[in-house]
Amino acid sequence: MFKFFKPNQIFLITSKAPKYVAALFVVVISIGLLEALIFSPEDYKQSHSVRIMYVHVPAAWISLGIFSSITFLSLSGYIFKNKNFFLIAKSLAPSGFVFNIVALVTGSIWGKPTWGTWWAWDARITSMLILALFYLMYLVAWRIYEDKEYVLKITTIITILGIINVPIIKYSVDWWNTLHQPASINVLSKSSIHSSMLFPLLIMTAAFALFSLLIFLMKYNTELIKIKNKGLDRL
Amino acid sequence: MINEFLKMNGYGLYVWSAFSFTLLSFSTLYVITKFQYVKERNKFVSKFGALDSKRAEVARSQTINREILSSNQSI
Repeated sequence: MFKFFKPNQIFLITSKAPKYVAALFVVVISIGLLEALIFSPEDYKQSHSVRIMYVHVPAAWISLGIFSSITFLSLSGYIFKNKNFFLIAKSLAPSGFVFNIVALVTGSIWGKPTWGTWWAWDARITSMLILALFYLMYLVAWRIYEDKEYVLKITTIITILGIINVPIIKYSVDWWNTLHQPASINVLSKSSIHSSMLFPLLIMTAAFALFSLLIFLMKYNTELIKIKNKGLDRL
Repeated sequence: MINEFLKMNGYGLYVWSAFSFTLLSFSTLYVITKFQYVKERNKFVSKFGALDSKRAEVARSQTINREILSSNQSI
């Protein structure tokens, strides 16, 4: 079942894919930026500041999605004894961390004209900050531990502890009285966002997803070459 | 008209700084990742070049090594 997850098989695809993903990203982000900055309407309450949503929300969604994937991959790595899952998880982390930082910073910029403050220790914002710390711990663990088995154990523990925070982030706006507004987009029920704003939001989300795929592919290729470099030393 | 577009009803500073920060973060991450890739690939090529013919033949028998040598990720 996992023969397709062997690095030798994957590298044949991942070494060629980045240029196509990059080209597609440039096209999608260009359309997304035009929609977000020019064609989408301003909000009747927030005026043009609502445009920050088109970078803030996709960044937050993707950082949450990547962290969930990292946890799933780390656990799968342990269950199926497949180290390639850990390698994929490790390659996803940098873009997840950057998206998390983008979500925090753009949220802070959006907070100033909307709430009158750059920062508030609100449940949603604080839980996103905690997620950034888990990302940081995960990335630092890969850097500082030399022992391969130990680093797999430590990073998996970090992701398991961190994943507890993900539903807290999602439901923080419902569980606590927060400055942050509740979700406007619901998969299971009717969304409160107008289609003229939903469309650019989805385009920007697609562009951000393509960018994280691009970074993942480049990082994964780098990790595989690192392994092969060690292999050459052993020849 | 351009001034209006840039000012965005007085929210221009916030909107442009949010978009600029995002694009700057993307560019930085891209450049760092690309730099790491090129560094590792160059290391691989120089190590491969230092192998004697017998070892180079063994290394070349692996598909992935041939792919690394032939790939020059042009993005």
